[in-house]
Amino acid sequence: MSKTLIRGARVLGGAPQEVLIENGVVTALGTVAEAGGATVIEAAGRILLPGLVDLHTHLREPGREDSETVRTGTRAAARGGYTAVHAMANTFPVADTAGVVEQVWRLGREAGYCDVQPVGAVTVGLEGKQLAELGAMHDSAAGVTVFSDDGKCVDDAVIMRRALEYVKAFDGVIAQHAQEPRLTEGAQMNEGTVSAELGLAGWPAVAEESVIARDVLLAAHVGSRVHICHLSTAGSVEIVRWAKSRGMPVTAEVTPHHLLLTDELVRSYDPVYKVNPPLRTEADVRALREALADGTIDVVATDHAPHPQEDKDCEWAAAAMGMLGLETALSVVQHAMVDTGLLDWAGVAERMSFRPARIGRLTGQGRPVAVGEPANLVLWDPDHRAPVEPAGFASRSRNTPYRGRELPGRVTHTLLRGRATVADGALTDAPADTPADGARA
Amino acid sequence: MKRHLISAADLTRDDAVLILDTAEELARLSDRPIKKLPTLRGRTVVTLFFEDSTRTRISFEAAAKRLSADVINFSAKGSSVSKGESLKDTAQTLEAMGADAVIIRHGASGAPYRLATSGWIDAAVINAGDGTHQHPTQALLDAFTVRRRLLGPDGGLGRDLSGRRITITGDILHSRVARSNVDLLSTLGAEVTLVGPPTLFPVGAEGWPCEISYDLDAVLPKSDAVMMLRVQRERMGGAFFPTEREYARRYGLDGARMARMPAHAVVMHPGPMNRGMEITAEVADSPRCTAVEQVTAGVSVRMAVLYLLLGGAQPPAGQTPAAEPRGARPRTEENH
Amino acid sequence: MDDNAGASHARTVLEGPDIARALTRIAHEIVERTKGADDVLLLGIPTRGVHLARRLAARLGDIAGPAMPAGSLDITMYRDDLRLRPARALARTEIPGESIDGRLVVLVDDVLFSGRTIRAALDALGDLGRPRAVQLAVLVDRGHRELPIRADYVGKNIPTSLREAVRVKLAEEDGRDGVLLGLRESAPTPDR
Repeated sequence: MSKTLIRGARVLGGAPQEVLIENGVVTALGTVAEAGGATVIEAAGRILLPGLVDLHTHLREPGREDSETVRTGTRAAARGGYTAVHAMANTFPVADTAGVVEQVWRLGREAGYCDVQPVGAVTVGLEGKQLAELGAMHDSAAGVTVFSDDGKCVDDAVIMRRALEYVKAFDGVIAQHAQEPRLTEGAQMNEGTVSAELGLAGWPAVAEESVIARDVLLAAHVGSRVHICHLSTAGSVEIVRWAKSRGMPVTAEVTPHHLLLTDELVRSYDPVYKVNPPLRTEADVRALREALADGTIDVVATDHAPHPQEDKDCEWAAAAMGMLGLETALSVVQHAMVDTGLLDWAGVAERMSFRPARIGRLTGQGRPVAVGEPANLVLWDPDHRAPVEPAGFASRSRNTPYRGRELPGRVTHTLLRGRATVADGALTDAPADTPADGARA
Repeated sequence: MKRHLISAADLTRDDAVLILDTAEELARLSDRPIKKLPTLRGRTVVTLFFEDSTRTRISFEAAAKRLSADVINFSAKGSSVSKGESLKDTAQTLEAMGADAVIIRHGASGAPYRLATSGWIDAAVINAGDGTHQHPTQALLDAFTVRRRLLGPDGGLGRDLSGRRITITGDILHSRVARSNVDLLSTLGAEVTLVGPPTLFPVGAEGWPCEISYDLDAVLPKSDAVMMLRVQRERMGGAFFPTEREYARRYGLDGARMARMPAHAVVMHPGPMNRGMEITAEVADSPRCTAVEQVTAGVSVRMAVLYLLLGGAQPPAGQTPAAEPRGARPRTEENH
Repeated sequence: MDDNAGASHARTVLEGPDIARALTRIAHEIVERTKGADDVLLLGIPTRGVHLARRLAARLGDIAGPAMPAGSLDITMYRDDLRLRPARALARTEIPGESIDGRLVVLVDDVLFSGRTIRAALDALGDLGRPRAVQLAVLVDRGHRELPIRADYVGKNIPTSLREAVRVKLAEEDGRDGVLLGLRESAPTPDR
């Protein structure tokens, strides 16, 4: 019987409390009288949050193990304070069958650092033409409820409509990568004054916004849930805000990098800033922060996209799109949202744990910090300050846009069902935790 | 002047005038029996062309050879340009061969900037055209040509283009020539107007230091020079304009339109020309057209750039001492 | 080498009238040595050598009759110390008449020091053609030659130490005529 006592942590940023964990479950909260034999974690000054849940992670396995594996990706997740990640479907082969999603799910369990909830492809091969076997993926051991062709847009309106309708049978959700393909042929960066000057093909905001507008209307029309991946423009915010005001069934995510970085960085032509959707303008960043604060945007999702060095060590046009996110997400959110007064820690917990778990229909993750709940927890030291040093990352890749940038905060402990995956800031040995009944207990 | 020449926007007014004045002196070399100077003897200049452009390459090559540099031509076209690693590897190969300067032409915007700032090589980098970004020596030779025509070879020395009205017409969106010229000509004090169909302007051009017009006829009478950009017929596929004929009718320069220009105004074209598209044969062959002079100017301007970047002491990386910023005329104060 | 280096300590070694007399004497010597040849071409080395060449040409015209041509020869691109300093702006090379082929070229400079400038000038001349002879006229010879070069016409020999700097002022450039001797600002590295 394992026993852990956390002393002095501020639960969701509130008053310091003691938290007793026994056999992976929170058994006492407040002042703990008797904790004989417990491992004690002194956590004065730290913030206690529910384990973070990422709706948007690229683990790259199977197929691109040179950039990330399920094991390295989930170790990175644990270092970032995550206890569950949704693994995107654009692997090789594509996660468009029960077999592939079960493989990914099983690799996650074997690694033991973080629950891995596979996302299924909406269409076969992400080609946007024929629906993948969504039902089979849902019925598999992986229990897929989130479907996405992420990396590509489901641009055919009929296919999108059918997908939305079809997943109603098992309360699924379609996570749309909103990118009108014709408007973004050859696109390299946000279309605006910087792209005009740099001579890089523009990626207009309207390419994202027009698809979002269509899809919220489609979702409302067929009465199904649509989730908007990595929303990046002020116009997208307005459309989602309007849709929500009409009661339309839409949720939306924003990445940490879109909360902080702008297209001005592209002036360096350093492909570490090349990402899909592209970095936008200062005005967009402001709108996204406000929307995250007021709930128009539901969650922060990392879009953790590892790439090997050779895919970034080149000229801009030849480089791959994407940035690492898992190991810096909470730091960026503290910097952009908490330290600016836009969000308190309870709000962070809502947007990085509770809400993403609800959208993904995870039952064992994103739970309140309360007696009887699974002990998926993260301890955060908000006063830590250090420049980002990619050499220390657990990810197999190094394509972080924050290299050398000073960001606040640090994960000191991550607990997955009571077991430390990160302790005193360092990954523990493979915890070999096999959940008896999986993440969706 | 900096260590590299990546963008016309990097040049100050004094840098640009110094280059033009130097080019003007070097242009006189062509009247001499020996059209060669020993200045860059022992220095190695590499032309690294990822895109075909024989005109630009031989212009740089002639410039480097007239300064006695050793020239290595490296045509990288077709050798897996699409993968960036090849740029890095190629660059390091050239470095290992002792290149003092790399003149790079690349289809990807920013490739020369990347080469100069990535730490892959120490050589000076000269941008010979990157994607739809910049082509600074083209802008310099255009400025040289227009200054010569409007102010005279000697009359122009030490002077910029203040108050001169220069119109650039055509496919602005895909044109590195237009971007470079807007930067350089405005730095030199000229009033630049861009003309073309709205589809061929980049979103975001509103902030450029120039006027934007969709009406060529309205701008012609107020132009001291009109630069016609090459319009690629392939652009029709992107629905940028309906037909060649309609483009030529609205934005092409023919004899009748040329007659509406002031008597002193010149017609410029960076070449190669699409006769019948953006320019008619009548205009192209008229004495007002400077296309051939521009080619000649190219060698002088590129000699000036090579001399000013490579002829003196190499400034330490990261620093940007000018070629001596002492104004237009030399004032040597040295013990002899 | 700053023009003002040591200016406060500089003393005048030649006044305006001294310069005028020296030039007149050189002009007579040129006529004498060239035996009144009509193919003499004066080429000044920028900046001050050009002004001196023009002044000499005017005097020669006074002495020998028809106006003597004076041009300029920029030697910047031929210097052997280009790599030691940032790139310099170029000056004008102006050859009066058809060419230098078969003519008697008299190079004119203000100060003769190491001889390297003249070496560069001879190289530059070689690229311009084939004179029948080349002679050298300088206003001041300060010694310290580093190459086997000597002047045919010298306005004044001024013995100097390497720590000293010679400054020639000419009205065309500096508003007044004079030759100043002062201390060099930098360490005495023989450079020119």
